[in-house]
Amino acid sequence: MKDEVTREERIDNLKGMGCSRKRVEDARFTQGKGNYVDDIKLDGMLFGDFVRSPYAHARIKSIDTAAALKVPGVLAVLTAADLEPLGLHWMPTLAGDKQMVLADGKVLFQGQEVAYVVAEDRYAAADGIEAVEVDYEELTVLVNPFESLQSDIILREDLVAEDGSIPAGAHGPRKHHNHIFTWDAGDKLPTEEVIANAEVVAEESMYYHRTHPCPLETCGCVASMDKVNGKLTLWGTFQAPHAIRTVVSLISGIEEHNIRVVSPDIGGGFGNKVGAYPGYVCSVVASIVTGKPVKWIEDRMDNLMTTAFARDYHMTGKISATKDGKITGLKCHVTADHGGFDACADPTKFPAGFMNICTGSYDIPTAYLEVDGVYTNKAPGGVSYRCSFRVTEAVYFIERMIEVLAIELNMDSAELRRINFIKKEQFPYTAALGWEYDSGDYHTAWDKALKTVDYDGLRAEQTKRVEDFKAGKTRTLMGIGLSFFTEIVGAGPVKNCDILGLGMFDSCEIRIHPTGSAIARLGTISQGQGHATTFAQILASEIGLPADSITVEEGDTDTAPYGLGTYGSRSTPVAGAATAMAGRKIRAKAQMIAAYLLEVHDNDVEFDVDRFIVKGAPEKFKTMKEIAFAAYNQAIPGIEPGLEAVSYYDPPNMTYPFGAYVCVMDIDVDTGVTEIRRFYALDDCGTRINPMIIEGQVHGGLTEALAVALGQEIAYDDMGNCKTGTLMDFFLPTAWEVPNYETDFTVTPSPHHPIGAKGVGESPHVGGVPCFSNAVQDAFRPFGNRHTNMPHDHWRIWKMANELGLHD
Amino acid sequence: MSNKMHIKLNVNGKDEEFLAEPRELLIYTLRERLNITGPHIGCETSHCGACTVTIDGKSVKSCTMFAAQASGKSVTTVEGIGGPDALHPLQEAFKEHHGLQCGYCTPGMIIRAQKLLEEIPNPSEEEIRFGMSGNICRCTGYQNIVKSIQAAAAEMNAAKEAAE
Repeated sequence: MKDEVTREERIDNLKGMGCSRKRVEDARFTQGKGNYVDDIKLDGMLFGDFVRSPYAHARIKSIDTAAALKVPGVLAVLTAADLEPLGLHWMPTLAGDKQMVLADGKVLFQGQEVAYVVAEDRYAAADGIEAVEVDYEELTVLVNPFESLQSDIILREDLVAEDGSIPAGAHGPRKHHNHIFTWDAGDKLPTEEVIANAEVVAEESMYYHRTHPCPLETCGCVASMDKVNGKLTLWGTFQAPHAIRTVVSLISGIEEHNIRVVSPDIGGGFGNKVGAYPGYVCSVVASIVTGKPVKWIEDRMDNLMTTAFARDYHMTGKISATKDGKITGLKCHVTADHGGFDACADPTKFPAGFMNICTGSYDIPTAYLEVDGVYTNKAPGGVSYRCSFRVTEAVYFIERMIEVLAIELNMDSAELRRINFIKKEQFPYTAALGWEYDSGDYHTAWDKALKTVDYDGLRAEQTKRVEDFKAGKTRTLMGIGLSFFTEIVGAGPVKNCDILGLGMFDSCEIRIHPTGSAIARLGTISQGQGHATTFAQILASEIGLPADSITVEEGDTDTAPYGLGTYGSRSTPVAGAATAMAGRKIRAKAQMIAAYLLEVHDNDVEFDVDRFIVKGAPEKFKTMKEIAFAAYNQAIPGIEPGLEAVSYYDPPNMTYPFGAYVCVMDIDVDTGVTEIRRFYALDDCGTRINPMIIEGQVHGGLTEALAVALGQEIAYDDMGNCKTGTLMDFFLPTAWEVPNYETDFTVTPSPHHPIGAKGVGESPHVGGVPCFSNAVQDAFRPFGNRHTNMPHDHWRIWKMANELGLHD
Repeated sequence: MSNKMHIKLNVNGKDEEFLAEPRELLIYTLRERLNITGPHIGCETSHCGACTVTIDGKSVKSCTMFAAQASGKSVTTVEGIGGPDALHPLQEAFKEHHGLQCGYCTPGMIIRAQKLLEEIPNPSEEEIRFGMSGNICRCTGYQNIVKSIQAAAAEMNAAKEAAE
């Protein structure tokens, strides 16, 4: 048989790895036919919503639900007293703490869930909420973690023994009744000694403010208890549906096989949808009580005020170096504000996430990190907002410390970075705080970035601008923001990464259909990343069937293999690896079938794009499509019928994507208005699966970084009132504020990942925040600015200029 | 509440007539009463634009308009401008240029962009960015949304020219 199609055409037909395949998800989304949780409608479905606390710290003297129960359409009102007999008035958090599902005698933050009203529709639920009478006794509010650690006021009486002693918490001894844990990494005394004897030391304190992932779709769920079959179905905005199933089973006592958790289309997650929230528990209980499906959907204010904040790290650093700029040591202390409950979403053994990646991209021989977690009267959370666990905080810290050290050394910070980068030949590199970086080529990336933007030319222009400013010729300053980041993603190896005891492996199951198409199911869940498009591309290259013939399905725990979900850029590093490995199992069986069909020995055939060929005789071949059919219609001696495979992949290491970013910004000194003139982003995420999707991820991550650096925050007043509960106050950039970005790349594959991919979704956020912030700070460096805290909104930049005497 | 109002709407070319409380929001009518779930709820304060629809030729955020206020008017949602048999050029362009990720803002984006291109058939990038600034996207950083709208405008203008 003569093959009319060239090998290149066969490769193109697969739409495999490396091509900018258009997304298969888009048809439904562009036509308004997505299926998000709030689109789910079931017969007789009820609607639940919360009575929330107006106070940040108060004792609850009484709750009267009588009037609410008389409101037309209201069916039930749940309080902690109703949940207590079921043992569901508290629930475990992902961080080893516990959290009230409904206020048990007191409230610890504004917006806390006090009662759950179940009604026929949203309007009736709102009427019911109005009619619930709660009598509060206000208590002194602690919103500052440093004051909290000194205060006599006990926020969590449940964590103090009857004799007044402080029992240890999930992460070891506690120093004070409002203290949660101390966690450290590295060598304390050697680091202090190096710093004490160093030629140059730079010190700085910085506050990485509290913010929020704020996906456009809020959190929500629909719980439906089928009392006839004893089966609970829970649809919801879950970034980790299997973990939710296990948690629901553990806390409800319903056997896991009787629980089906489904994540439908998810309207963005960014970390907000990793945790378990009281709304899920109350909806399940309400469905059991009423025998009807119950829906709960947050409104925007609920979302911003109560579910899963991010950051809130007070960081103090010391960095030491020789006179010529070689870094010798780094010390970091963090006071971490966790709010009223410790509901951080981190692997169990890492209560401060991977903050110990804070030595960054630099060869720093000695380092020490210590983190103290503290309770305050703020909302619980502490999720990784578009980053791996606390990596944004770590990268911001080191990239600011580098700038401060450059000021101390009177040196250019691009050069300071260059002379301290870990060298290409040092990989795999074990950092002072313990991680083993898999691969990197930092100098090449940095040189490419600086050359592309004409760094020297930019600095010359900036010098001229400063002269003009001093001469009164302009009121606009120019900032050049630099950042070089190394991420740590793909959690992670089961030996050190678990959540609630569940190892952080991931999975893929593939079934090849007789006619040569396939379905692949994964333990992850897309929230916009385009998994249905990209995972099919990995498979197309691995098994030689066109991506267009492969359906990718995620999010239904009844059908998908167990996995830990999508966050921390773990889908490609972990589930992507599982996909490739499952594909290779398919290929191994296909090889035996092909050899049988071609009447040669197994070792005499080899895989070639979309077929197995006889070695040395490529005209003799069987396509994967033919092999698939044979797997179902022939009795092949020694081989079971069918063509399926499953892989559970436990990664041997994390992956370490990196990148070099440059931002050029003009700042009006009199208004504080910033204008981003240029933003160049070079990302190295290892092997690239779909360049179009990578670029899209970079644009989006940079925009979320712009938001955080230039204005987005969750702010509280002294009474613990959240001042940023609506999109009026909480900054989300529009098309008008956002620049066009230039994207670029280098490719340094991960040596331990089956396809060399490292993950990219979060890199631009991690690298972007310090880059935007450094641009603002750099503009004011010639006038004495050393460090100013984010967010750099117009008013704060005006204030910065004012404090530096630039309005005099 | 029993003081229901008699409301008539034309939604995507179809006449609808029903009784509703005066407080019923248009987004609720569309999503819950009429099962038109393209428009989404994102903020309930008119900031995000996920609920954008066209009412009598104007872009309106349906989360802050009562159904009663729309009575007697024509409402168009993303479902009304194109479907599986004939996609609107904007629907094609968003897919072609990766103008969406999670898809939650997309129906609002597309219906707003359709209005924008009616108002300004050949907009500059600045006009697109300003004209779309009532619609928030958390995923794309807007760069590819702008590109998608530019591509759709070019496509629609070329088709118009060919027809003339």
